This record gives sequence, structure tokens and C-alpha cells, in this order.
Amino acid sequence: MSSRKPGYLRPIDFRDGVVDMNHGAGGRLGAQLVDDLFARAFDNEFLNQGNDGALLPVPPGQRLVMATDAHVISPLFFPGGDIGSLAVYGTVNDVAMLGAQPMYLSAAFVLEEGFALAQLRRIVLSMAAASRLCGVPIVTGDTKVVERGKGDGVFITTTGLGMLPQARDISGANARAGDAVLLSGSIGEHGVAVMAQRASLQFETGIESDSAPLHTLVAALLQAVPEGAVHVLRDPTRGGLATTLNEIARQSGVGMLLQESTIAVLPQVAGACELLGLDPLYIANEGKMVVVVAPDAAPAALQALRAHPLGRRAAQIGQVVADAQGFVQMTTGLGGRRVVDWLSGEPLPRIC
Amino acid sequence: MKYVDEFRDGALARNLAHSLAAAVDPARTYSFMEFCGGHTHALARYGVVDLLPASVRMVHGPGCPVCVLPIGRIDLAIGLALERGVILCTYGDVMRVPASGGLSLLRARARGADIRMVYSPADALQLARTHPQRDVVFLAIGFETTTPPSALVLRQAAREGLKNFSVLCCHVLTPSAITHILESPEVAQYGTLALDGFVGPAHVSIVIGSAPYEPFASAWHKPVVISGFEPLDMMQSILMLVRQVNDGRAEVENQFTRAVNREGNRAAQAVMAEVFELRDSFEWRGLGEVAHSALKIRPAFAAFDAEQRYALQYRAVPDHKQCECGAILRGVRQPTDCKLFGTVCTPENPMGSCMVSSEGSCAAHYTYGRWRDIPVVAA
Amino acid sequence: MCLALPARVVELLDADTAIVDLAGVRQQVSIALVPEARVGDYVIVHVGHAIGMLDETEAQATLALFAELARGTA
Repeated sequence: MSSRKPGYLRPIDFRDGVVDMNHGAGGRLGAQLVDDLFARAFDNEFLNQGNDGALLPVPPGQRLVMATDAHVISPLFFPGGDIGSLAVYGTVNDVAMLGAQPMYLSAAFVLEEGFALAQLRRIVLSMAAASRLCGVPIVTGDTKVVERGKGDGVFITTTGLGMLPQARDISGANARAGDAVLLSGSIGEHGVAVMAQRASLQFETGIESDSAPLHTLVAALLQAVPEGAVHVLRDPTRGGLATTLNEIARQSGVGMLLQESTIAVLPQVAGACELLGLDPLYIANEGKMVVVVAPDAAPAALQALRAHPLGRRAAQIGQVVADAQGFVQMTTGLGGRRVVDWLSGEPLPRIC
Repeated sequence: MKYVDEFRDGALARNLAHSLAAAVDPARTYSFMEFCGGHTHALARYGVVDLLPASVRMVHGPGCPVCVLPIGRIDLAIGLALERGVILCTYGDVMRVPASGGLSLLRARARGADIRMVYSPADALQLARTHPQRDVVFLAIGFETTTPPSALVLRQAAREGLKNFSVLCCHVLTPSAITHILESPEVAQYGTLALDGFVGPAHVSIVIGSAPYEPFASAWHKPVVISGFEPLDMMQSILMLVRQVNDGRAEVENQFTRAVNREGNRAAQAVMAEVFELRDSFEWRGLGEVAHSALKIRPAFAAFDAEQRYALQYRAVPDHKQCECGAILRGVRQPTDCKLFGTVCTPENPMGSCMVSSEGSCAAHYTYGRWRDIPVVAA
Repeated sequence: MCLALPARVVELLDADTAIVDLAGVRQQVSIALVPEARVGDYVIVHVGHAIGMLDETEAQATLALFAELARGTA
């Protein structure tokens, strides 16, 4: 932070103030917002240099992993999280799903003219807390303002950098027939928690988003099994578990066979989905992961997941099978068989 | 979930499967139509077909209101939203159905139409109250389960004297549709499938009771078993149908005794009769014009009838020539018999009524069951 | 025909409205079509409206029938 005091500026009114076009004009007011809000909250050695970019050390013998995510979620605040914490954890998770250790984040904000500074501050503080929890600093960023009506309050894009050891190769293309398919916990919570907030729904579900950083769960898993035993890691976000499994099946050129009774769904999530005519398999999650692992390593993998707070309900939900058609099939709780297909379009509630 | 989970129990399902296997007569086959789209969806979603004897064939009927909603009706709704600037509300199921001009309700929204999804007709009424300067139109679809809620909001709108609320009524009726399947003139063209009986809809029957199905048993000599919604209910109902057929009986039996009785819900019937009356004829997508099969709003409520208020002119829009939905809805053909199935016609790009919603025969088969006919799937 | 679920009435708000509970999810619904519903009753809910009552005795009887089928006595 600069040691020279700036000329007098009225302090930012975080209680009643709003974003206006001046904040994005690149002038004094914009700099003040960055200094007093973003830099103060995110506070780290890289950001404190005050440059437009960050100079980051890369340990020798490591490869770089990069992931980026734009966050446009509405509502901005929901049970269990907000757009800020989601933006941090989501990108941390994308990096972790390659088996990499997340190291740095960048954050770009597109603010809508008229957006309440109190809400912005709440979001930024939440991001700062999330970043500290993960041990992943936000080292550089950007802020722009768009005219009223051209944004939804705030959009946040985060990019994450991580380090990957040379030997590691975890990819959606690596699933092999015979592999075990594991799931780290129960599904559907994030999507239902968010949907319950929307104006047209009046229910109190008591369901919280499962939004959480998974990188320590990944690290615990990778330590517990031989290098190379974990073939695929992916977090089932938009489109839900069904979409993620179909993606992996297609990338790897395999099929899958799941057992419905092994897939955990909280009773309230099941109830909410029933009432809305939605299928939990297609609902977004923000704190769960799919692990495709060599069959011999499955027991150790499960044990490691279950020993971690984010993996207590981890279970094997099926196997990878050879299938030229790439179907993800499932034996139902009833004992019948069905395909778990790709999602067509957004999951809209049914009356029928 | 109480009174839901118990009816999905796998162990009980296996036992029902054994009973079914023991009950079927090895010398014959059985074809039963499950009328209701919700039942079609349940059969597919739980893989019930795997637990039925091979000699029992389930034929999927036209009881899916989204599937049978003609393109022309959706066009009317889109037109109101795009050209008249109304707030157009409807259920989620309808939003993606492709209509004319490459539009659907969702696509029209992307073009600037104010189209909102609601979970209940009461939500639409509330929108009218909170937006007094805007016209609100509710696109009402559904069979008799969904009709009483529409009737309630119309009655309420009249009581409140709302000036900006109307309903575009596309409600259809179950017994007329079943009659149409059994005796329409096109039967000769498509050939009849000998249907041995019907699995009657669960929730429609809560409203209308079991009495309306009695003519099918007595006049057409077809057994009807009104079935609950859950897979165990359906399996038991199919067992009851098999036994009726074996015994040579044709009765209306009620498996869904926990919610259905002979008279139905009198309060619901009364409000429907107060607000709606029969249309002479109504087009069903895939079936053509069906007499006395749909409802319109009574003159007393004309101020809330979107067709009157906006002087709407209905224009029928035919389906693709190679679409086999008509035959599939009557149970004479299967999805895999249709040239368009799985190639041009998919859930993302539905060409006809059977693919349009997840309970149409084709959509259900494509989404849950097409692994059974591997050679048909496009590469 | 359509998606309807059995839910328990937990609170009556007025003559026409109630709060129901399904597996811990609460929703406000209209009970105008089942005016006889009371707290503790199960109703069948469709598009935000209770369209009928669930008879718990009959529900148990149906479940008992499934179990009897299992024993091969039905």
C-alpha cells in the first residue's frame, strides 16, 4: 500500500451508498473503492504491491494448472453461501479436480450502476473469508461498472492457478472399464437451496447450499492411494451428477452402471424435488465430487474420503463398464433398469 | 417421505413381480394402456418394465396434457406476449415446447416477451394484483387434476373484480379421450391394437371419482383399474388387470383406495362446473379433433376469458408428415417404429407430441429406455 | 394425471389456506378444495392446491396387501 496520503476524499458510504459510473471510470473514486474495499479485504503481499498484475513464483518441477469461472448466480445471497464465496470455492475446486494444489486466484467484478455498496461489501468480505479458509489469496483483480439495467447487481469471474506434480494425470478421458465410481456425499442441496429463494417459491426447506472448497479432500484422497490410481475427479455442478457422469463417459469412451440405492439424497432435498417435479440427479452441487478410481484402490479411497469432514457420506455408486454407446445406466431402487441421460435444457419443474 | 417411499420399496416390488409371473396365463399375451403421462413416466423412471412378465405389454396413452397441446394454442400464447405485451404465465412443462416460427415460450422470452413460469395458478393471480397496469394471461393446461385450481382462480378473479387478468383455457378431459381411443373413425386407418384393459389415472380420479370409467367396463367390456402413482401401485394394478382378464371380468376396480372413491371430490367438481363448460370439439395434437373433450370458460366469466378478451383466432398447425405420434398415442405403433425417432426427433428437438414432454411415449423411451434397442440409436 | 404428492397439514392459516409438510419441506397451499382438512391430516397436493384427502387407514391396508402378496397369501 502506498505510503503517501492521498488528497482528501470523502469516505465511502458503505451503509447507504451505491455503485455509480465513476467507480468504474479508472479515476480516483475507482482507486478508492479498490483500496478501501477490495485490497483491504483481500490483503496479501501480491495485491499489496498495487500493480495491475501479480508476479508469482513457480516451484521447479511443477506444472501449471489454470481454471476460470464466471459467476452470475441469482439470488446473490442464499442459505449456505453467496456469489462471493461461491466464486472462490468454485474455481478452487476446478483446479483441485485436476489433482492440482490451488495457489492463487484473480477476481474480476462487473458491477451494475446502483448496486448497494453494503451488499458489495458483504460479498467481498465473504470472498476474503473464503480465500483465507482455503489458504488461496486473491492476488490480482479488476472492477468495471455497467449502466443500470445491464447487469444483475454483480457478476464475478475468478481464475485460479494451481501446481501439479509432474507424474500426475487426472482427466475426464481416463476412466476405464472396471473402475469404481465414487461420490463424496449427498446430492441436490445447492440447487434446491438456491431455487427455494426465488420469489415464486414459498417454502422453508432448511436446506443449505453445500458450497465448499474440496482441495483438502482431494489432497487427503491422493495421499491415501498409489499415484495413478485416481483416474478422474470432477465436481457435479451445473447439470448435476447425471451430466457429469455422462460427460466423463463420453470423454473416456465408456459406459457406466450405477446403483440408485447407493446415491444419497437428504430427505428434505428429496421432498423439495418431488414437490417441484425435479430429479435430484440433475440438480447442481457445489461441494461434492465424483471420483473414478482403479478398483483395487476403491476401499482405501473411500476410507480417506469418509475420514474427512466433507466426505463423511462418501459411497461407491457404481462401476465403469465397456459400452460403445456410452450410456450411463442405473439399476433403480425398485430393481429395474433405466438410462440416466444427458439433461435436455434447463431442468424446469413439471406439473405432470 | 411418508406414503411415498413405502410405495417404492424394492423388496415388495420383487414379490409383486413373482405374483405377476405366477398370475399370467402362459397361453396368452396382455396389452394394457396406461392412460396417464405420469404413469408412463413412473414406469420408465423406475424401470418397472423389467419387473413385468414378458407377456404383459404396456401401451402408452395420450394422457399427457403438454404432449397433446396443439402448436396452434402455444402460438396464441406467444402472440399475446410478443404482440400485446401481456405477462404470460404458465407451468414449467410448457415452456420448451417448440411452436411456429422456430419459437417456444422460452425462445420468445429471449426475444423480449414477458413470459413467467409459475408453480400454481394462484401465482398468476397474484401477479395480476401486483401489476395493475399490466395485463396478465395464464395459459391453463392439464386434465381434471389441474382444472379445479384454474376454476378457483377464475372465481376469485371475478370476486375481486380484477380488470387485468384472464385465462387461456386449454383444459382437456380424460373419459372423452379414452372413448376416442376406443372408437374413433381413424381406428380403421391405423388398425386397432387389441387393448385388454386400462390403467386409469391416479390423480384425475381423485377429482372425478371412479364412476366415469364404468361405461368402458360395461359398454366396451374393458377392465379398468384406477392406479396410484407409485411403482408398487402400478404393479398391483397390473396384477389386478391380469386377474380380471383371466377371469373374463370387465369391472372398474380401484387400487388407489387411499385417495380415490366412486364420487370424487364434489367441491372440486362443483367449482369446475361453475366456471367451465364443454367445448363441442377441440384439437388434440396427434389425435386430431376430439368431440366433447375439452373445456371453455362460461359466459358469466367472459371478462376473464383470454380468447374473448383478445378476440383470438385459432389456427391449426400440422405436424411433420412422417411423425407417427397419432398411431403411437393410440398404441398402434411404438416409438421405434417412427422414422424420425432418435434421429431428427429427440427431446432437444421434438417433432411431435410424444417427444415433447418427458412423459410422452417417445421421450420416456428415449430418456430412460433406449438402451434396450441399441441398433436404433443414432451414432 | 399429474404430479401430486401426499403432504401433512401442519398449520391452518385461514379457511382456504394451510401449510403442509413433505419430508421437512414446508409449502403454503390452498385447501379450498378440501375444506374438511385439519392439522395432522394428509392431503394430496398438486400445483399448490390440495385436491383430495389421503385416507391413512386405506394407505396402511394397501401396504399390508403388498406384504401379503409377498407371503403368497393374497
